[in-house]
Amino acid sequence: MPKRTDIESILIIGSGPIVIGQACEFDYSGTQACRVLKEEGFRVILANSNPATIMTDPDFADATYVEPLDVAVLEKIIEKEQPDAVLPTLGGQTGLNLAMELQEAGILDRLGVELIGADAEAIETAEDREKFKVAMLEIGLEVARSGIAHDMDEARRVVQQVGLPIIIRPAYILGGRGTGMAHTMEEFEKVAAYGIECSPIDEILIEESIAGWKEDELEVMRDNADNCVIICSIENFDPMGVHTGDSITVAPAQTLTDVEYQQMRDASFACIRRVGVETGGSNVQWAVHPDNGRQVIIEMNPRVSRSSALASKATGFPIAKIAAKLAVGYTLDEIPNDITKKTPASFEPSIDYVVTKIPRWAFEKFPGTSGVLGTSMQSVGEVMAIGRTFPESLQKALRSLEQGRHGLNGDAGEVAFDELDDASLLSAAAIATPDRPFQLEALLRRGVSIDKVYEATGVDPWFLDQMLMITEERAHLEEIGMAGINRRGWKRAKQLGFSDAQLAYLWKTDEATVRAGRLAEGVKTTFKTVDTCAAEFEATTPYHYSTYEDTDEVRPGENERVIILGSGPNRIGQGIEFDYCCVHASFALRDAGYETVMVNCNPETVSTDYDTSDRLYFEPLTYEDVMDVIASEDPLGVIVSLGGQTPLKLADRLPPELVLGTSPASIDLAEDREQWNALCARLEIPQPAGGTAVNIEQALEITARIDYPALVRPSYVLGGRAMEIVYDDDHLTRAMAELAGFGSLGKEGGLSAERPVLVDRFLEDATEVDVDAIRDHTGAKVIGAVMEHVEEAGVHSGDSACSIPPNRLSDETVAVIEDYTFKIADALKVKGLINVQYAVKANQVFVIEANPRASRTVPFVAKATGVPLAKVASRVMVGATLEELRVEGLLRDPVEGDHIAVKEAVLPFNRFPEADAVLGPEMRSTGEVMGIDLTPGLAFVKSQLSAGTQLPEAGTIFMSLADRDKAVGITAAEIFADLGFSIAATSGTAATLREAGIHVAVDVAKLDEVAGVDAVQLIQDGKVQMVINSPRGRGSRTDGEHIRSAAGLANVALLTTGAAAVAAANGMRDWQTHPLAVRSLQEYHAGVSASALGGS
Amino acid sequence: MGDIREYQLVLADGEIFEGEGIGADPTDGIASGEVVFNTVLSGYQEVITDPSYAGQIITFTYPHIGNCGVNATDDEANRPHCRGVIIRDLARRHSNWRAEDHLDGFLRGHGVAGIAGIDTRRLTRHIRDSGAMPGAFGTADAASLQAAAQADPGTAGMDLVSVVTTDEPYTIGTGPRKVVAYDLGVKTTMLRHLGEMATVTVVPADTPAVEVLAVNPDGVFLSNGPGDPEEAGSIVTELPKLIGEVPIFGICLGHQVLSLALGGKTFKMKFGHHGGNVPVQDSRTGKVEITSQNHNFAVEVGSVPNVTETHVCLNDGALEGLVHNELPVFSVQYHPEAGPGPHDSRYLFDEFAELIDTHAGNGSLSGISAAAPSEGSA
Repeated sequence: MPKRTDIESILIIGSGPIVIGQACEFDYSGTQACRVLKEEGFRVILANSNPATIMTDPDFADATYVEPLDVAVLEKIIEKEQPDAVLPTLGGQTGLNLAMELQEAGILDRLGVELIGADAEAIETAEDREKFKVAMLEIGLEVARSGIAHDMDEARRVVQQVGLPIIIRPAYILGGRGTGMAHTMEEFEKVAAYGIECSPIDEILIEESIAGWKEDELEVMRDNADNCVIICSIENFDPMGVHTGDSITVAPAQTLTDVEYQQMRDASFACIRRVGVETGGSNVQWAVHPDNGRQVIIEMNPRVSRSSALASKATGFPIAKIAAKLAVGYTLDEIPNDITKKTPASFEPSIDYVVTKIPRWAFEKFPGTSGVLGTSMQSVGEVMAIGRTFPESLQKALRSLEQGRHGLNGDAGEVAFDELDDASLLSAAAIATPDRPFQLEALLRRGVSIDKVYEATGVDPWFLDQMLMITEERAHLEEIGMAGINRRGWKRAKQLGFSDAQLAYLWKTDEATVRAGRLAEGVKTTFKTVDTCAAEFEATTPYHYSTYEDTDEVRPGENERVIILGSGPNRIGQGIEFDYCCVHASFALRDAGYETVMVNCNPETVSTDYDTSDRLYFEPLTYEDVMDVIASEDPLGVIVSLGGQTPLKLADRLPPELVLGTSPASIDLAEDREQWNALCARLEIPQPAGGTAVNIEQALEITARIDYPALVRPSYVLGGRAMEIVYDDDHLTRAMAELAGFGSLGKEGGLSAERPVLVDRFLEDATEVDVDAIRDHTGAKVIGAVMEHVEEAGVHSGDSACSIPPNRLSDETVAVIEDYTFKIADALKVKGLINVQYAVKANQVFVIEANPRASRTVPFVAKATGVPLAKVASRVMVGATLEELRVEGLLRDPVEGDHIAVKEAVLPFNRFPEADAVLGPEMRSTGEVMGIDLTPGLAFVKSQLSAGTQLPEAGTIFMSLADRDKAVGITAAEIFADLGFSIAATSGTAATLREAGIHVAVDVAKLDEVAGVDAVQLIQDGKVQMVINSPRGRGSRTDGEHIRSAAGLANVALLTTGAAAVAAANGMRDWQTHPLAVRSLQEYHAGVSASALGGS
Repeated sequence: MGDIREYQLVLADGEIFEGEGIGADPTDGIASGEVVFNTVLSGYQEVITDPSYAGQIITFTYPHIGNCGVNATDDEANRPHCRGVIIRDLARRHSNWRAEDHLDGFLRGHGVAGIAGIDTRRLTRHIRDSGAMPGAFGTADAASLQAAAQADPGTAGMDLVSVVTTDEPYTIGTGPRKVVAYDLGVKTTMLRHLGEMATVTVVPADTPAVEVLAVNPDGVFLSNGPGDPEEAGSIVTELPKLIGEVPIFGICLGHQVLSLALGGKTFKMKFGHHGGNVPVQDSRTGKVEITSQNHNFAVEVGSVPNVTETHVCLNDGALEGLVHNELPVFSVQYHPEAGPGPHDSRYLFDEFAELIDTHAGNGSLSGISAAAPSEGSA
């Protein structure tokens, strides 16, 4: 059946901010869908609140709404745009849930909009656990024994029937929030209650535990002619019990016989047919009993998922792109396979390599969390690696993680378990943690048998034996030494995935010696191609991976080549923003006639889509792997400054003549405290007083000179890793001890004269400002934007809201900031992007730091101003001047208009209930949203709504403020009172407010007080609609922690700074007095004047 | 690591690959045969025991082979007939609850030689570009191996059916109908499916038509098998005596000999179809089946008179199935029994049953139409 002609316009709902469980994979899928549907001639309307995405580039849709993903807002968009259809299956769980809400609210019917891809009934059948179970039993599939409960009484009845151990799964949640296991009745009481809490419809599934079984997934596609195909099978390395998003997974499945595989395939087709997903991709998850092969269906996602993104990258089959085409009527046989060109998409990819995915976690960011993996997803990113065999892909994936490991042990990090005896190590490995693969290898190296390890951990003996091959090879390599190895030996070691760095460790030499020795024997990387067909047909798609085989398949380039180094796995502090920059560089340089070559190892991203660049190397971002790509490509140069710290850290070691843009020397200069101080002094730009220290004595000397509070931070890290504000000597001593220890930071480089700690006077209550600018090789410069932070200095810039244009800074101050930025850019001889951070206190501007690279704010600036900074910068890096780019039309002036854009951070505290939900100098947000409107208040409210904070329209606001926030607290409280809110406050705050003439209705008791209502009780009882609680700078935090934790659990809006309270108050006032209006980026970029603002 | 047997694989055109020996030691130190590649991700045991590989050396494109060991149930014949296997990596330790032995032991036990450690992707690309060709592997020097490869007869013009067919007739299955199956190299899974619908008498490939008709069967089945259909023995000349007398269903080589008997032409393909992911479209319904395939020869499109070509390969347009316009005869090139492979096409066994029943019921000679088939069950 050909394309449908009865629909002309389609609304795509994106997945919003990056959160745990929903990351860049939905930018990848959404971007593909937008592209395809536009190519097919449909008018594409996109709604997504995340400005850091490629899909929200105005070029990718006809109308792009960077607006809150909320039913009322979507209703406005639909009313305005009148799409014929909504495609809900490409925006993750968020997109699916919103489509269901639109359907249930009758909005789609009222406005005559059709759901395509999956209809409401299909979505409900898949998502509602009871309906799903009934449906699966109906078609003869086995499910785990289970029952549904809506309250604790019902839950207790169900558990009697099912029997312990059990798993609790709340309905309608994403990424497994609130999911947990219980082995005892005590655990059951706790887990069940939390599960009911987490479900928006108060519903949990109580299920027979199948922990320890094997876990497999199949990626299914179906078209409207009922053709079904499997794109990829995936086997989990970790047995059942660990969320699949937190599991190491391997494609294709390794330990299923064909009989079992075909049984699973048939059943997966039966499942998608019964659920009723008419077109598109679905993911079906299976548990397999290792001793009798019993197959139990776990769940199916009636949409493109994280696993589909992985399957797409693992096979070369673009699931999202094909799903979009199927949704508009095509059948699989009508769509050509992009890679072979000649064969159709109605086939099942065959692969001739092994893919391993490993998640990346950020437990170090959340003190108090256990680091134990379970059924609720906690990872913030992932890497994928391709090798011809599992050992090769496993070792490549481990070094791709960038956590200081060079493979499966055989490196300095392996000593971590030396102190544990075999029994302790075995019981440690029995509990799934990020350390498990390393523990397994250590056990095997000690001679613990595979059977014993399998019994303790449930990791399949086949995987363990493959690991043992690595272990045995290592022993052999150590025994023969570098002198004893021949060509076949080199090749064998490399085929098992050993990195040069591991060999250097094992042979007690350096990496350069190993590399030179290996190349002298003629053993070098061969690049193979990902082609969907195991080489059966000729493929032109330039998607490569390295291995050590006989022949190389990379075709020589024709034009000048530029290598762009990507940003690796998502982590807190380095996420999708940097992928956006890399992708933009690729687009801009391709347009300018260069061949672009992308190197990255993150399967979720647009950068690792095979048609983003002229060639894609799916490779770890290590020195060795990057040098191999350079050798293969012979490029004009390498871009290191768009992918965050990952490529920047490599800049020093790459051939200097190949580093494009700002020189490595300048990058160092900006990071080196002494040189940087000298530069600021020479330019007469004020800095907060400070110094550098490599030990506690030096740090104490500095604070004696500059006084407290002081900001302590390591150099060369991103995202404020381990950054702290200290208020006294004790606090400083503790902070230094953490930094000096071989803790999580040690993995990232440790502490040394080259990497000292920076100790600076902390400017309390200063306004923080971020600037992005570009300078070209002639010295011409342009400001991208000056961004004013909502939260005061001290909150990490990545975690604070910020606004374009600034609304509190004077024009004079902005002029000073721009002038300083230009001076610094000149002094650093910047060629490309620079980001400078300032603190403004009492109209005096202090420079905090400068980074001559792309910053996290680049995409936000582009969406707010219409200026494609990353594209301009990438052209500047290869020699274009700003003047030339202006003539060409690439560099534009910021759009005229009266809009204000506010970026807000999205924090993962709901995943880490043990961690305190307070902002500080260490970045902890996973993603961001943008609110855009015609007043600062409206933009702020939209940003909050997008970030998941629904500001109340009436009710009670509970305020408990630190002394320094009390003054701004009065401003906020006055507005709240004006708007008709009643105010509750703790004693100190209440006194301040009453003194200012504000009525406080409820006195709330602090923990150690007797008088007044209990704060936590007040929140739990739902008597409070918003909590404003700012932490004390020093001393006990317990009080605030209880309040914040209660607000988090009760899902009550929580603001933790005085500045945010004022911004919210202003916003709530504007919100009450203006009707909700939605406008596309295309409208804003054409210029919208304040006169468009409706209301009173 | 002491007992590594360093091998080379040399193709007839002189391409050399380095590897190490697995399985049995080759007779006289050299194993030779026509080198083909198979792209399945699972089911290596079924592939290795498929009699259609007689005369051939099987290259597996998937690098890890042997992960699930072997078990008695998954054999497609009582022993492998292939001349050898070429793989990238043999599992040292298998892991599957169904396993009874490891693959290396199985190969040794059946005297099948193999070579591992090969850059199978390089080899596959070479065959794809240059066509399937004989090769030889073993401990011998490259020149001897190339000579052996060049001396290997390959499969064109070869009667390999007589090597693999049963010596004596036997009966299998308990189904209500009576079917005679010509064993041209039949796979066990095929007989299992036939056995569900019929009581099947499996007969040697050279059984005269008159003997078949003598038992008064409800239907005749023509199995898969190895080699060149034009050299498949007496079957091609015997078939005209059966066509029109009794409903006939042919698979793979059975489809090819049937086409020859109907006046069609066959040819040798460049490297054939060997895998479990081949899209075939039923031109009557437009539906796509993902099929299991294993053939180096094919029937020329348009060469068979008075038939409707019902199935076509979407990858390359190859003829995959036909129905006679007047007589109760149909056949497919691919493997609906799927051992290994997807089960999408198993409905064809039901169609055979229906054809038999219709034919028996009304006495008409045209039981199956070129129109839409019945709903398949998957």
